Amino acid sequence: MFLALLKEGLAKTVPPVLGLALLVGIWSLVAMGSTNNFPTPIETARQAIDVFSNPFYSNGPNDQGVGWNVLSSLKRVAMGFGLAALVGIPLGFVIGRFEFLSRMFNPLISLLRPVSPLAWLPIGLLVFKGANPAAIWTIFICSIWPMVINTAVGVQRVPQDYMNVARVLNLSEWKIITKILFPAVLPYMLTGVRLAVGTAWLVIVAAEMLTGGVGIGFWVWDEWNNLNVKNIIIAIFVIGIVGLLLEMALIKLATAFTYEEVKS
Amino acid sequence: MSDALSTRYLEIQGVDQIFSTKKGDFQALKGINLAVAKGEFVALIGHSGCGKSTLLNLMAGLTRPSAGSLICANREISGPGPERAVVFQNHSLLPWLTCFENIYLGVERVFGQSALVDGKTRENKPQLKERTDQALALVGLSHAAQKRPGEISGGMKQRVGIARALAMEPQVLLLDEPFGALDALTRAKLQDELLAIVAKTSSTVVMVTHDVDEAVLLSDKIVMMTNGPAATIGEVLSVKLPRPRSRVALADDARYLQYRKAVIDFLYTRQAHVEKT
Repeated sequence: MFLALLKEGLAKTVPPVLGLALLVGIWSLVAMGSTNNFPTPIETARQAIDVFSNPFYSNGPNDQGVGWNVLSSLKRVAMGFGLAALVGIPLGFVIGRFEFLSRMFNPLISLLRPVSPLAWLPIGLLVFKGANPAAIWTIFICSIWPMVINTAVGVQRVPQDYMNVARVLNLSEWKIITKILFPAVLPYMLTGVRLAVGTAWLVIVAAEMLTGGVGIGFWVWDEWNNLNVKNIIIAIFVIGIVGLLLEMALIKLATAFTYEEVKS
Repeated sequence: MSDALSTRYLEIQGVDQIFSTKKGDFQALKGINLAVAKGEFVALIGHSGCGKSTLLNLMAGLTRPSAGSLICANREISGPGPERAVVFQNHSLLPWLTCFENIYLGVERVFGQSALVDGKTRENKPQLKERTDQALALVGLSHAAQKRPGEISGGMKQRVGIARALAMEPQVLLLDEPFGALDALTRAKLQDELLAIVAKTSSTVVMVTHDVDEAVLLSDKIVMMTNGPAATIGEVLSVKLPRPRSRVALADDARYLQYRKAVIDFLYTRQAHVEKT
């Protein structure tokens, strides 16, 4: 019994640990072979302890703790993403519900969706005349598409059986939306939200590199200018971990709202 | 109530149904004429694809006929409505609502809004809950009220579907192969329950089935449909077996076997060949 548990525990923990060990190993090799002061994992870890021991210091706008930088980036993501959800989800609903609107918007979405987020940044700078709103605008425009598309697909895929129930019971449009459409679309919508948050987190780093100010992307660029490679590597880990946490939280949320479908 | 209304409660007059498909028009039903009396139990039987469900959907008002008319209680059927409740083949319960909430949705619509359906009076919340509880008790599922459809068996889901339909006190109950997806034992149990419920509520019922025994056991009238395309009513058999009926007693009843044979003859001798479209 105890041995079986131990075996199971090992089977679960060994592969991820090996994966991490491989990453650190390759990193060490690169650091050893490097001629331009590429930091070793140990040096970076020491620096990380230093950085995280005081994450919330502030010495003026261009020198702030990693905590402030992450929080400012998250704030921008939250604003851009929130606005995108506010516009994108209702838009997805009407596109899914009305064939005419679907035909009207589909070419636009197909045209604009593949555009690199950073191509939108100059437009934002031009229109909003400020770095911060431009970054939020960039997040908005690139995180809106997954939500519009997934919500619309969800609405179009509401099983006909449920709509027949609504028709036989003669439910009001309000009841149809709250009791049938919304719960049926929710899993699709949350998939859209998850993809959108992922994209937003990818884009914010690039956008902040260009716009400056406080933020994790700006921090990476600033440390590059200081030639502080250790901090850049720490930033990469921080970006990865924050992204992972966002993803996990949203997956957890999505599973809570997913129900067994009707089998026909 | 006039005599004409009680014998021709639900009436189908010269109904055709044509679907437009990519390969051109497809005539599913042709010249259907049928009258169902109040309180009568009618079974629609025929081979797969003969248009039984198409006909039921027309009665439900989910689709409109290409020609002819359908009348229920002297009124043209112009769309679906809670006065003609449907039990769907795949139960169609909403998976995010509990069994109680699934039934309550219909009850609330019919009894919670004043004079919307047949001048039924508006009831308050405790009364609506009471109705829902009664419907659950009728199908023996009071214990599962707070469970979601994903947590109960197929037979139980189908019973919730029936309870939802019955709780609305419909004028006509339309059943689309309600027990088709269940195993034989569960099916027999639910058939017995349905017999008891229908006897208690004296509902008018139209049921689509492809099960000969089910049709003979449950119905007053078996409507046998010819094979499609352009399916129509081949024969109508009146089942004059006394009620209450018991499947055990009927198993070797001569009349029961005779009715059974008549249906089998129709299905497998005269309508044996499914025409290719």
